[in-house]
Amino acid sequence: MINLTPQLKTQQLTDPMQPEPFRVKRVMKESYDTFTLEMEPVNSERLFTFAPGQFNMLYIFGVGEIPISISGDPNQPAMLVHTTRIVGAVTKAMSKLKAGDVLGVRGPFGTGWPVSAAKGCDVVLVAGGIGLAPLRPVLYQMLAHRDRYGKVVLLYGCRSPEDILFRKELEKWRARFDLEIFVTVDYGDSDWHGNVGVVTKLIPKAPFDALNAVTMVCGPEVMMRFTAIELQKRGVQGDAIALSMERNMKCAIGLCGHCQFGPTFICKDGPVFTYPQLQSWLAQWEI
Amino acid sequence: MTLNTNSSTKYVLESTDFQQLIDVLVGIGYRVIGPTLDHNAVIYDDITAVTDLPIGWTDEQDAATYRLNRRSDEAFFGYVIAPQAWKKFLYPSQVRLWQAALSNGSFEILLDSEKPEPMAFIGVRSCELHAIAIQDRVFIEGEYVDPTYHAHRENLFMVAVNCGQAGGTCFCTSVNTGPKVEAGYDLALTEVIDHETHYFVVEVGTERGQHVLEQLPVRNADKREAKLPKTITDQAAHQIKRHLNTDGIKELLYTNSENPRWDEIATRCLTCANCTMVCPTCFCTTVEDVTDLTGRQAERVRKWDSCFTMDFSYIHGGSVRYTSKSRYRQWMTHKLATWIDQFGTLGCVGCGRCITWCPVGIDITAELEAIRQTKAKGETIKEGSDENIG
Repeated sequence: MINLTPQLKTQQLTDPMQPEPFRVKRVMKESYDTFTLEMEPVNSERLFTFAPGQFNMLYIFGVGEIPISISGDPNQPAMLVHTTRIVGAVTKAMSKLKAGDVLGVRGPFGTGWPVSAAKGCDVVLVAGGIGLAPLRPVLYQMLAHRDRYGKVVLLYGCRSPEDILFRKELEKWRARFDLEIFVTVDYGDSDWHGNVGVVTKLIPKAPFDALNAVTMVCGPEVMMRFTAIELQKRGVQGDAIALSMERNMKCAIGLCGHCQFGPTFICKDGPVFTYPQLQSWLAQWEI
Repeated sequence: MTLNTNSSTKYVLESTDFQQLIDVLVGIGYRVIGPTLDHNAVIYDDITAVTDLPIGWTDEQDAATYRLNRRSDEAFFGYVIAPQAWKKFLYPSQVRLWQAALSNGSFEILLDSEKPEPMAFIGVRSCELHAIAIQDRVFIEGEYVDPTYHAHRENLFMVAVNCGQAGGTCFCTSVNTGPKVEAGYDLALTEVIDHETHYFVVEVGTERGQHVLEQLPVRNADKREAKLPKTITDQAAHQIKRHLNTDGIKELLYTNSENPRWDEIATRCLTCANCTMVCPTCFCTTVEDVTDLTGRQAERVRKWDSCFTMDFSYIHGGSVRYTSKSRYRQWMTHKLATWIDQFGTLGCVGCGRCITWCPVGIDITAELEAIRQTKAKGETIKEGSDENIG
């Protein structure tokens, strides 16, 4: 079937459709169905610079390619970090990678979180489930320049205590006086003494100045839709709410058509949007 | 023969000399593609001789209807439009993007270095020129350029042919894309058959076109002949039966996502994807990653895809557009509304292919009108109405 004829030659990887090989340095199991990969480019010393909120297309040789947000520290560009939940063929194959294995990377693509716009403001991050992964680079960025921001608040909701992502890191951050971290779960167990309920329930009592806050929301679509409504009830302006969207993607450069959401291409116009850009579409089914 | 070479000058090429046009293009090095008869349809394919053309045939088109009939004359371009658009050459339905081989515990990407042959299209209709211009916006004029499309497009020689008749599903006059070719061609032909004469009025659009024209046995058109492109296309325009009302079309669709008509269409739509395959502007693709049996060599193939499939919108947990209602709505809303925000034009050129090739005869012009006329059951969801929830 595949015939590598002599007319083929290796070229420089400049085409955005060509994956570049990255080698896995470390695999960390986050929970029963999530894991984090740390990786470095195979062929170069290049630094992988990205804006918090951007994503890569990750390719498992011969299996397939999927869009995954970058979950690492933007101030440590020598190491590319992705956190993923096992949901399909590619993420399953990815979960079996070990240190030394190679996968393909295209990117980074898309828009980032409004990190610079947040300077001088309170910052509220609202995450649902694996939606915490694309927001973690924002936290790293803010902790690296903590004096630039007002209050930094993370409201995090997930299904159960065992679904909590980055648990050790969250516990460490929660001990700091310059971070406000609130976690809630849909279903607690007898060992859980924290909040129970959807993440929107945390918004009314969260400590931030709604009139001077930049908010960033990532989670299931319906969670983001009602989070935006709750934030507005607190007095946050619509354009101070950023959301990160997800759709099927094949190219990540706006040519394959898959990621359309109304008039937007999530891959190049997003994934991070302001709420007013999406508001009328979020309330509709099957867009 | 001395020719007046003013840019607005029109020329006459006798039908008996048409072979020379093909020969000149072949001589320059073009792969010449034009209408042929194949599988009881007009199919754009490689041509080397006039006799490859569908001489003396015409096409009868209506909703879910296509057949070829004999004409009473020997017209070369006596049909309206072929089922398959030119996009199959500019943006082939299957393209291998790269191959990869495992080596030294990593992989190496291998690219095909072959440059595509320059192509010359003969018989491009006005709506099809507009469709290609729309695909140019998608593939060349945006933030990212598609290298396959660009490579095919940049050396393309375009011989347009004016429409002498309208098909049963045409509505180019509604979207200002025809029937007369106005721009985007190297040479434009108008086929004229009357009494004992059979010739083409030739218009030149570019210097490349002029260069080709100079190698053809043409003469200057006289005053009467020079008016024929307009006269003939005016006649075709008058035959058009369908109309797409584009008044406030974007707002209409943006505010009617819950219109009950979508449910009604869904009772007929088979989500077969025919409309997207024949549409000359539809550009969606998917990729397939495969390996050989050893698992050491892989390749990625890009294929045409359709928003009518369940896979198209699949993300973990299921398809976003799981009803046929939402998939038809996505397609039509994209063609007629969101396309305007994305690319500054309609995504529809009025070629009528989606109507002809819909197996159940769904007519985009009629459905848009029905949406316009159908009063939505409930109030359309307005921005901010969520505030009343919970």
